Amino acid sequence: MTKLDSKIPAGHISEKWTNHKFNMKLVNPANKRKYTIIVVGTGLAGASAAASLGELGYNVLNFTFHDSARRAHSISAQGGINASKNYQNDGDSTYRLFYDTVKGGDFRAREANVHRLAEVSSNIIDQCVAQGVPFAREYGGLLDNRSFGGAQVSRTFYARGQTGQQLLLGAISALNRQVDKGTVKLYLRREMLDVVIIDGAAKGIIVRNLLTGEIEKYSAHAVVLATGGYSNVFFLSTNAMNCNATAIWRAHKRGAYFANPCFTQIHPTCLPLHGESQSKLTLMSESLRNDGRVWVSTKKGDMRNPGDIPEDERDYYLERKYPSFGNLAPRDISSRAAKEVCDEGRGVKGGDAVYLDFKDAINRLGQHVIEERYGNLFEIYETITGENPYKSPMMIYPAPHYTMGGLWVDYNLMSNVPGLFVLGEANFSDHGANRLGASALMQGLADGYFVIPYTMGNYLAGDKPTLVKTDHPEFEKVAKEVKDLTNKLLSIKGKRTVDDLHKQLGRIMWDNVGMGRTEEGLKKTIEQVRQVKEEFWKNVTIPGSGDDVNQTLERAGRLVDYFELGELMALDALDRNESCGGHFRTEYQFEDGEAKRDDEKYSYVSAWEFAGENKWNLHKETLEFEYVKPAIRSYK
Amino acid sequence: MEAKKLNLTLKIWRQKNSNSAGSFIDYKVQVSPDASFLEMLDELNNSLELKGEEAVHFESDCREGICGTCGLVINGRPHGPLAKIATCQLHMRNFKDGDTLWVEPFRAKAFSVIKDLMVDRSGFDKILQAGGYISVNTGGVPDANAIPIPKEISSLAMDAAACIGCGACVAACKNASAMLFVSAKVSQYALLPQGQPERYQRVEKMVKVMDELGFGSCTNTYACEAECPKGISVTNIARLNRDFIMAKIKNKEVEV
Ligand SMILES: Cc1cc2nc3c(=O)[nH]c(=O)nc-3n(C[C@H](O)[C@H](O)[C@H](O)COP(=O)(O)OP(=O)(O)OC[C@H]3O[C@@H](n4cnc5c(N)ncnc54)[C@H](O)[C@@H]3O)c2cc1C
Repeated sequence: MTKLDSKIPAGHISEKWTNHKFNMKLVNPANKRKYTIIVVGTGLAGASAAASLGELGYNVLNFTFHDSARRAHSISAQGGINASKNYQNDGDSTYRLFYDTVKGGDFRAREANVHRLAEVSSNIIDQCVAQGVPFAREYGGLLDNRSFGGAQVSRTFYARGQTGQQLLLGAISALNRQVDKGTVKLYLRREMLDVVIIDGAAKGIIVRNLLTGEIEKYSAHAVVLATGGYSNVFFLSTNAMNCNATAIWRAHKRGAYFANPCFTQIHPTCLPLHGESQSKLTLMSESLRNDGRVWVSTKKGDMRNPGDIPEDERDYYLERKYPSFGNLAPRDISSRAAKEVCDEGRGVKGGDAVYLDFKDAINRLGQHVIEERYGNLFEIYETITGENPYKSPMMIYPAPHYTMGGLWVDYNLMSNVPGLFVLGEANFSDHGANRLGASALMQGLADGYFVIPYTMGNYLAGDKPTLVKTDHPEFEKVAKEVKDLTNKLLSIKGKRTVDDLHKQLGRIMWDNVGMGRTEEGLKKTIEQVRQVKEEFWKNVTIPGSGDDVNQTLERAGRLVDYFELGELMALDALDRNESCGGHFRTEYQFEDGEAKRDDEKYSYVSAWEFAGENKWNLHKETLEFEYVKPAIRSYK
Repeated sequence: MEAKKLNLTLKIWRQKNSNSAGSFIDYKVQVSPDASFLEMLDELNNSLELKGEEAVHFESDCREGICGTCGLVINGRPHGPLAKIATCQLHMRNFKDGDTLWVEPFRAKAFSVIKDLMVDRSGFDKILQAGGYISVNTGGVPDANAIPIPKEISSLAMDAAACIGCGACVAACKNASAMLFVSAKVSQYALLPQGQPERYQRVEKMVKVMDELGFGSCTNTYACEAECPKGISVTNIARLNRDFIMAKIKNKEVEV
């Protein structure tokens, strides 16, 4: 059994990373090209890692299932990226960003990792500007900032409502430059379906060529997974349609521990459901809460139109309950508050939605200012709902958005499997039980630009440059298992579609492993998830063949993994008899409905080891808080 | 409460792969006006799969109009009848009960059909890989505020950078020209101080690869701007042309 060693360097928190960088081993520049590194994913984490490793001279193979590196889900991030530049002179610092993130994560993140993230945050902004990322600027030509939830300083950099797009295109431009130079080879439309582990270390991957159906083998000295989050386990989420857990899940089944699977983030400001055919939920950026005020009627089942509800019959519940953070209360808290008022029957016309109202801001600043700040978001709202948010308030409701959980990694971002590194949303590392807005982009780029180039060298310096051949029996064995799985899926020929079964799983997960979780509901979930899984293996239909483009087959393969992951999420939530961040166990709350953490019993990272079908062993990494002392997380 | 459903006839281009010939196949669907166009295709696919038939293959990912993955020609127009949106943002309330809709892939010499409504747009990346970047390595760059950039300039650069790489401009152009796409990237960097050192080599390298890949030439019809989901302006093409001529002059000077 592998022992969990987080490898946190010794020393004061502000010196750990500096000292560690000095102490790590280096690979001689002339030797770097002898090492091959596989990077799976071309999102912010993957693209920045592949480009930076390529620049250093390593031989990088970069994979994505998309038709172009630029399509990675990072492209759709809207609101912004945090950095403790303190350009606003409002009291920001590395330490404050560190502090806010640890507190925002409800004291379930590793302090050393979070501090490093805060340290490199400023370099990220410098890097992006040098690449030509057109961040928003002030009239004097300097960079502009806005505020995000969970912070009382203005530290969020943005490019209109398209920050993720611009940061990703910046990272992809760096990647393209390395492709041009020949240090990075891009493999598009390839889905990683397994990892190959030889003598205990990750040595390659098995992918399916999505155009030809061919199963291909690639060998390397190290494998980096930067494959994003797993919110689509809920079927409906703000994530792109093709985001999935397959890469990390298959690695989990080969030995990598899965950490804090139940820590998922439900984002408070998304568009409400429109009907059964709905394929995904649309996020309205949190930045809107800078100027929008959230409210519902004080009466239950109030059927009046918003304009007919007078001021004194409106409950601005976030401002009322959290006066110091108001509409910018963190996501977990805002989402729960929305659910609460809707459960009371005070949602919009008695349904599942609350108002996000810009009337006061428009009166105060003028419509043109609001247009300049959020124009494209308002347009998105109008195209989807057919309503004009300048005239009547937006309607919003929480939706699954981000997964804090992911593969367990040590301080070097390496999983418990030597040579298998995990970056970005795919790992569990920096956000504890709740991520603050604008911190995922920061983490993805920190991991890729500024952490992995160092820690990878340290790992490879201890490895021999000889490359395992892909005709090694282990490669053959894993490739065969992948082919067998495909054939098995195609042979079922049942009566229910992949989407239908996925929706069924999603509803179970949303009802019981969503915003409110109970022991009873979670136990029931495990049973129900197993039943849908069984139904899937008996009765799914996947037309078409395995030797051709087959999107139904692609989705089926991903769903197979969601069933298993869904069960583990419920199991993890059941283990954690406390409420913290996005994990709210209804049994554990204070009288006023706030989350009741239990630091004595649960101040640990749950790292689950796969032990065969429906079986897991729990390992615990105890969290030490030397600098930010755990306290009740108050935003009042 | 769901609104009354629309009854529609879809004429969808089906093509097994790039080597086979394709044709339009008729499908009757009933759809909620609140559904998106792609959700309608999802529902159609569900019903096909239930009959054991292969799904209509089309690509999409973010369904928020930003990833650039989706792209269908609907009734002859890339991304459908509405201006400034991607296919995934088109909602069925924009159609009438009883309508017939023709659904085709983005067609162009440089975009071959892979299957049904999926096309190969990898040419775009090849153009960017030829020089669509600023050559800086990770680390060792100046402070982000070291070079102030006038708000109007950075805003113009952002207008150009908003391109989502969907290919509607190519599909809309009778010559299948990629000039709007290429000029957007060229402009973004040409406007910013960080892009100046490589400005003239960049434009030459990118245009060269664009021509090699079989994209047509620009004859100023402006169809591209009209169909661009992000409203990228043809003034970028003018900027590219100026820079391209300057590049020829400058690179001659260097040769002499
Ligand atoms: C709508 C929306 C808005 C957001 N806004 C913000 C924001 O304003 N600020 C912020 O900080 N965060 C935001 N986030 C969160 C943030 O965008 C993501 O957490 C982050 O971009 C994830 O980056 P990544 O590189 O880890 O993964 P991704 O960008 O998801 O990239 C994953 C990559 O892995 C590839 N991949 C996955 N599996 C496989 C496989 N099996 N084989 C091959 N390739 C594979 C994919 O093709 C893709 O290239 C937002 C998220 C959403 C959904």
